[in-house]
Amino acid sequence: MLNDKDRIFTNLYGLQSPGLDGARARGDWDGTADLMGKGQDWIVDEVKASGLRGRGGAGFPTGLKMSFMPKESDGRPQYLVVNADEGEPGTCKDREIMRHDPHKLVEGCLLAGFAMRAEAAYIYIRGEFYREAEALQSAIDEAYAAGLIGENASGTGYKFDVYVHRGMGAYICGEETALIESLEGKKGQPRLKPPFPANVGVWGCPTTVNNVESIAVIPTILRRTAAWFAGLGRENNTGTKIFSISGHVNNPCNVEEEMGIPLKELIEKHAGGVRGGWDNLLAVIPGGSSVPVLPKRICDTVLMDFDSLKAVQSGLGTAAVIVMDKSTDIVRAIARLSSFYQHESCGQCTPCREGTGWMARVMDRMVRGEAEPEEIDSLLDVTKQIEGHTICALGDAAAWPIQGLIRHFRPELEARIAAEKEAARNRVA
Amino acid sequence: MPTLTIDGVEVTVDDGMTLMQACEEAGAEIPRFCYHDRLSIAGNCRMCLVEQENAPKPVASCAMPAGDGMVIHTNMPSVKKAREGVMEFLLINHPLDCPICDQGGECDLQDQSMAYGGNDSRYTENKRAVTEKNMGPLIKTVMTRCIHCTRCVRFAEEVAGVEEIGALGRGEHMEISTYLEQSMTSELSGNVIDLCPVGALTSKPYAFTARSWELEKTESIDVHDAVGSNIRVDVRGREVMRILPRLNEDVNQEWLADRSRFAYDGLKKRRLDKPYMRVDGKLQPVSWEEAFKTVADKLGNTDASKIAAIAGDLADVEAMIALKDLMQAVGSSNIDCREDGILHDAGNRGSYLFNSTINGIDEADAILIIGADIRSDAPIINARIRQRWLTGNAKIAIIGENTDLTYDYDYLGAGPQTLQEVAEGKNSFCDILKGAANPIIIVGKQALAREDGQAIAATAAAIADAIGGTYNVLHTAAGRVGGLDVGFVPQDGGRNVAEIVAGAASGDIDVVYLLNADGIEGEGLDKAFVIYQGSHGDAGVKNADVILPGAAYTEKDATWVNTEGRVQQGRRAAFPPGDAREDWTILRALSGVMGKTLPYDTLGALRARMVEIAPQFDVLDDVTAADWQGAGQAGELSDAVFTNDGVNHYKVNPICRASETMDACEQNRAEISEGTGTNG
Repeated sequence: MLNDKDRIFTNLYGLQSPGLDGARARGDWDGTADLMGKGQDWIVDEVKASGLRGRGGAGFPTGLKMSFMPKESDGRPQYLVVNADEGEPGTCKDREIMRHDPHKLVEGCLLAGFAMRAEAAYIYIRGEFYREAEALQSAIDEAYAAGLIGENASGTGYKFDVYVHRGMGAYICGEETALIESLEGKKGQPRLKPPFPANVGVWGCPTTVNNVESIAVIPTILRRTAAWFAGLGRENNTGTKIFSISGHVNNPCNVEEEMGIPLKELIEKHAGGVRGGWDNLLAVIPGGSSVPVLPKRICDTVLMDFDSLKAVQSGLGTAAVIVMDKSTDIVRAIARLSSFYQHESCGQCTPCREGTGWMARVMDRMVRGEAEPEEIDSLLDVTKQIEGHTICALGDAAAWPIQGLIRHFRPELEARIAAEKEAARNRVA
Repeated sequence: MPTLTIDGVEVTVDDGMTLMQACEEAGAEIPRFCYHDRLSIAGNCRMCLVEQENAPKPVASCAMPAGDGMVIHTNMPSVKKAREGVMEFLLINHPLDCPICDQGGECDLQDQSMAYGGNDSRYTENKRAVTEKNMGPLIKTVMTRCIHCTRCVRFAEEVAGVEEIGALGRGEHMEISTYLEQSMTSELSGNVIDLCPVGALTSKPYAFTARSWELEKTESIDVHDAVGSNIRVDVRGREVMRILPRLNEDVNQEWLADRSRFAYDGLKKRRLDKPYMRVDGKLQPVSWEEAFKTVADKLGNTDASKIAAIAGDLADVEAMIALKDLMQAVGSSNIDCREDGILHDAGNRGSYLFNSTINGIDEADAILIIGADIRSDAPIINARIRQRWLTGNAKIAIIGENTDLTYDYDYLGAGPQTLQEVAEGKNSFCDILKGAANPIIIVGKQALAREDGQAIAATAAAIADAIGGTYNVLHTAAGRVGGLDVGFVPQDGGRNVAEIVAGAASGDIDVVYLLNADGIEGEGLDKAFVIYQGSHGDAGVKNADVILPGAAYTEKDATWVNTEGRVQQGRRAAFPPGDAREDWTILRALSGVMGKTLPYDTLGALRARMVEIAPQFDVLDDVTAADWQGAGQAGELSDAVFTNDGVNHYKVNPICRASETMDACEQNRAEISEGTGTNG
């Protein structure tokens, strides 16, 4: 369990002021100029050494991503784009950061942006986060007024601007290239890769898109050293992470914890345990709606980090833990997710456009059991036809929950179909 | 130059080529729907997936650049499975209405479903239905069939230069629509029909009239402008059912202007299908013998100096040679093919050609357009200029009307005064022209078809000389360059078009032979004895005393020379209606009746005569470059601005004027420009 001294987000619950004074009291903006004075390469190397992996879901090493940005400009400006379009169902960690600790993000923008030779950061914030956008903007205004960012950021002579751009609430705009399109004022549809954003990003310029949490932890990593961060968690899954625990727990919450904490411990210690006790647990979606569901027997022992969850054919995703107790209609729960993905598919590429609707309709019938047993396999086959064949990861995200359902709850599906057949026979009789 | 292995075959391809191109180089065929050579890469259909070793998932070969050392598999079970999956997804919401679909038989989805489609459907849900969208009089939509490849969207945005097609909604509810459900305001809109891989966008005039496999296909040349677009004429029986573009990288690439594509219904209307003679002021049908006898008598009994012949915009080279030879036999030197009155010098070929050639536009870095409504006069060339503009580093300027040409340009001024300024180096654009490596100047009909046209030509030519650029004339008539090439212009001291008309009014000209000439302006022809030879009962027959029914361009083997000087042969796709005949054979027969038999009995012999007159006719489908000896004649420039003088894009020749489809286009265009109720 994480010691209080190792917490990064010390105002996660908003007990202190989110303003500049409060942030300074918590240690933010302390010696920023000195950190920048150590050089751009030093920052990138520190982040690399810390083992920080992207907190937006994919878990790509943040330092490595930063190093993809051109070191010599070819005349084009470079940009940092912060993905604050937190749309993954179950996830609400970035919201809390921006609400209560926005200066961590603003300072992170400056340090990460400086390290990547960016001249500005664009924070693309989800449209529904109205108050959060206000809080963030006021933090930015404070930072400008205090000379921390702007013409002469923190007195280093480096010019750095931070802009907030409000989205319109489309889930797909959380995909980095769709976010870039949207930021450019176009329809939010993912781009083909290559070229990658680090080469051709927003307005055709080198760009790195990072999650809010990934950027917000960078100042603390730099201040407390990479070794400190790397010392938390497990190898290749280092540091701390904000977990959003929701669903059938006694105390749904956001909590910062060490990577690799056992799922059971996380739920019991911080969320007050599963409603009706651990044995009342049916399943957990461990990382936001797009990762496969895990049944209780796996939840008993699994550790909450990227590699452990991957080993059990799920994923850490955004670390949004959705807990479902035995009162849950698991088929209906997954069907609801399918309908979400059908609604949020951008429609650009064939497998996702056509497949999400197909899956949602079949899932709808599965809820009622109005299907043939062999349709379970054909549904699974459809998910495989989508997975990996689309432009962006939304196709995968739509396929995985169903794959998880069939993998762990196939008997439930079969029972339901059999029951409906039986009922149909009785209706006829 | 990356080297990669595709299905065990090692290939080396040019830098920047995609995996799909590399695969084709290696002989592996890749199915595709959204990919098109001339459009940007969308990568959305996912049909072209291939397996790349060490890649976590299959890659879309249309979008992935070929990289050195890549190992690609296109024939593995996983690839086939991926493509079958995509095909299944495309088909679940695609209606099974192939039997009533006009795309049937030439449908990419149909063809590829033969290779990748399943035997039966696993999809038992309801299919999606999408309401039809109005896209004007040319494009019929059945949007339920749409597979969202966005080729039409990309064409409109990239080639046509009108951002008027797009996708509304997302996910399953994504629909392709035009802005406010109007037709595209483009002269190239019909190309989306060819681009559409399925039957979502089909030809409205062609709808339900024929199946593609019952059509006889003839390769020919278009005559609705002077571009000489390569076309394919699809005929059933005697009827032209549709016209499609044919690939020619040097001319129209694979595009075709709407006018050229859709005016074919004009071939069936207002046709002259038998000879006529004016008896007691009324035109009466007569036999060929009677008509020929009357004409022969008239020509034989009239003083040669009082006989004249005019060849019009749609006259083919063969007929013009025959008419020229006939007039020579009669002794008349009053012949002219310059119906629009532009006094091109037939002896100076460089002065009337588009010397840069259309391909040359791709190399131009500064383009000065003088008095040409280029978007209307030659939509294909306009699209080529736009294509050049899109690649960057090209400056374009206009002297003439300030209209939307689908690309940015510097507007210099409206008339000859501005031209004079440029010639004197006083204009801001002069520096750009001088600094350009390959500047070109395009002079159009608006600048030349006027009193001071030759002075303007001389000024423009002087500018071209001063900047080391190329002088180009943009013709609007398919028959003009051919006529000039064979010297169908006044012979020693003969009269030109304006003088012939004036002579007819004053009584100095008694007999006028009009070959496809429907655009003669001015009064006077009503006083002369007029012989009209042509295909349509259009303006030319108004004053006709004898009408000799000729063939339209789809009904004859004929030679056309486009504005570049490119000699191309059209081929007969159907027979002319009724008693109408191919034009040169009419003149050959007439010469026999007159006792002045022309020395050719076959098309081959006539074409040999063509080569004798002008050797460039020996070089087909290519441009024989002309020597540059300047153009025009120095003279006073007037103040009048260049204007298109109400030329109606959809009504430029007798075929268009007879076409109901062109009527509909005209009306539709008027409605769009009228606005939607907020225009006052």
